[in-house]
Amino acid sequence: MSLDISFNLQREDFAMNVDLSLPDSGITAIFGPSGSGKTTLLRAIAGLENIPGGKITFNGQVWQDTANFISTHLRAIGYVFQEPSLFPHLSVKQNLEYGLSRVPAEDQRIPLKESIALLNITKLLERHPHTLSGGEQQRVAIARALSVSPRLLLMDEPLSSLDNKLKQEILPYLESLHRELSIPVIYVSHATDEVARLADNLVILKAGEILGSGPIQEMLTRLDLPLAHRNDAETLIHATVTTSDTEFGLSTMTSGELDFTVPGNALPTGTSARLRIAAHDVSLTLEKQTGTSIQNIFPVTVVELQAENHAQIMIKLQLGDMPLLARLTRKSVEELGITPGLQVYAQIKSVAVLA
Amino acid sequence: MLDEADLTALFLTLKLALTSTFILLVLGTPFAWWLARTRWRFKFLIEAMVALPLVLPPTVLGFYLLLLLGANGPITALGAAPLAFTFTGLVVGSVIYSMPFVIQPLHDAFQSVGKRPLEVAATLRASPWDRFFTIALPLARPGFITASVLGFAHTIGEFGVVLMIGGNIPGQTQVLSIAIYDHVESLEYASAHWLSGALIILSFIMLVLVYAGNKRFRVFRI
Repeated sequence: MSLDISFNLQREDFAMNVDLSLPDSGITAIFGPSGSGKTTLLRAIAGLENIPGGKITFNGQVWQDTANFISTHLRAIGYVFQEPSLFPHLSVKQNLEYGLSRVPAEDQRIPLKESIALLNITKLLERHPHTLSGGEQQRVAIARALSVSPRLLLMDEPLSSLDNKLKQEILPYLESLHRELSIPVIYVSHATDEVARLADNLVILKAGEILGSGPIQEMLTRLDLPLAHRNDAETLIHATVTTSDTEFGLSTMTSGELDFTVPGNALPTGTSARLRIAAHDVSLTLEKQTGTSIQNIFPVTVVELQAENHAQIMIKLQLGDMPLLARLTRKSVEELGITPGLQVYAQIKSVAVLA
Repeated sequence: MLDEADLTALFLTLKLALTSTFILLVLGTPFAWWLARTRWRFKFLIEAMVALPLVLPPTVLGFYLLLLLGANGPITALGAAPLAFTFTGLVVGSVIYSMPFVIQPLHDAFQSVGKRPLEVAATLRASPWDRFFTIALPLARPGFITASVLGFAHTIGEFGVVLMIGGNIPGQTQVLSIAIYDHVESLEYASAHWLSGALIILSFIMLVLVYAGNKRFRVFRI
């Protein structure tokens, strides 16, 4: 079961070519610079854009093909727009009930109470949209999109109209959405920090073409894709807190066979979180170093090298069954004789916990 | 004081203004909605036609309506009763004459509602009719108020069109503006004063009520 989309769009100033099959669980981020066609793709899925010749099926149900076009109001979607777009003539509660009242009782899988609690908007219910802050409005907009108990939640840069502080205010709600509701989400974004925190899968768009799509760890570290070549190129690792050390204020987070020592011990044992390792925080040694301040040292295998510029090389490593990126100078690479297949040790200077 | 003929003219005028405004709102709403949403290439032609009564001397409009609706006009040739010099004829004339004053505010209001609220409603399972009645109409409310006030007031004030197609039949087609003109012609200045004063007070009270009831909205939006 999945969401399949294929279309070919030719406009005077813009061409787009899409052939995608997206998983029907977790958060799939559509990532790309502005003007790459992210919103067009999302609007096509919602039926807000009718692209002639397009074909869209969701869990076996045809939403669009050459003979059919199911209107937006008949698709089982929820949509969060870039701006909150609350109905100004209705109170917060009426905004939420607008969607709810149009869904037959047997299809109301998400009780309004649940989304109100999830987004923490109980106190806002009687207010009118124009009296709310931008962050509050967007939280109401998310709850409103959930009010129709969607089978697929579409979010078009829901945080981009907010400043950084409000962003940090809403991100946890999005994460709990992810944890507590089993609705697949398609999340359009051009911000790598949001994507790294939220996404399970990633579709990379550029100028209307899909450069790649797959699990986020893979997309972040594929050297043929642009994300692995950013200044802050990074590796994501899913890990679970196994021990916490009060004496030094550290925690051990385990992923497969690997134990990472991370600063901070606020997270209770058993919590899962994402670890982020920046490529410039990873260095390589031929032998395992002793007498070093680095806590996280793992044996790795060199997989692939690619020159970033005249001075630097991005190296993809195999760490257990996971990829890991390291950015080294060309000089070091030559001096150490690093080539694909070589077994070396990766010293990870810093590990950030995304939670 | 106002004599019986004056009162008749006053009530006839109110009846005409109410009828015309009502008809204009009923016909104008779907028309303005279409105008605001269409991407038709030649939309500007329709817009120009709607605006025509704004720039034409009312007598020109009245003249052609007289030809159209008169005893020898194409309407009667098709078997209909002539409408010139009847109240129905006045209503037809007023509707055309006041059309831009109703269509324009409605068009602006629907346009300022924009696509987004309707798209949001569509993602919340609202069908096109549902969206029109629950989102577009309430959000365009200020435009409806402006359209009603302007349509009503403009019909009360018309003179040229009415004179051409309605003539001056007391109780049937003699409206306020013509009654006032009659008084002035016959040098009955006192009567003209009473009638004009009544019209000023009536218009003012109407506007005050509208503005007071809709403090949140600007009635005249330019």
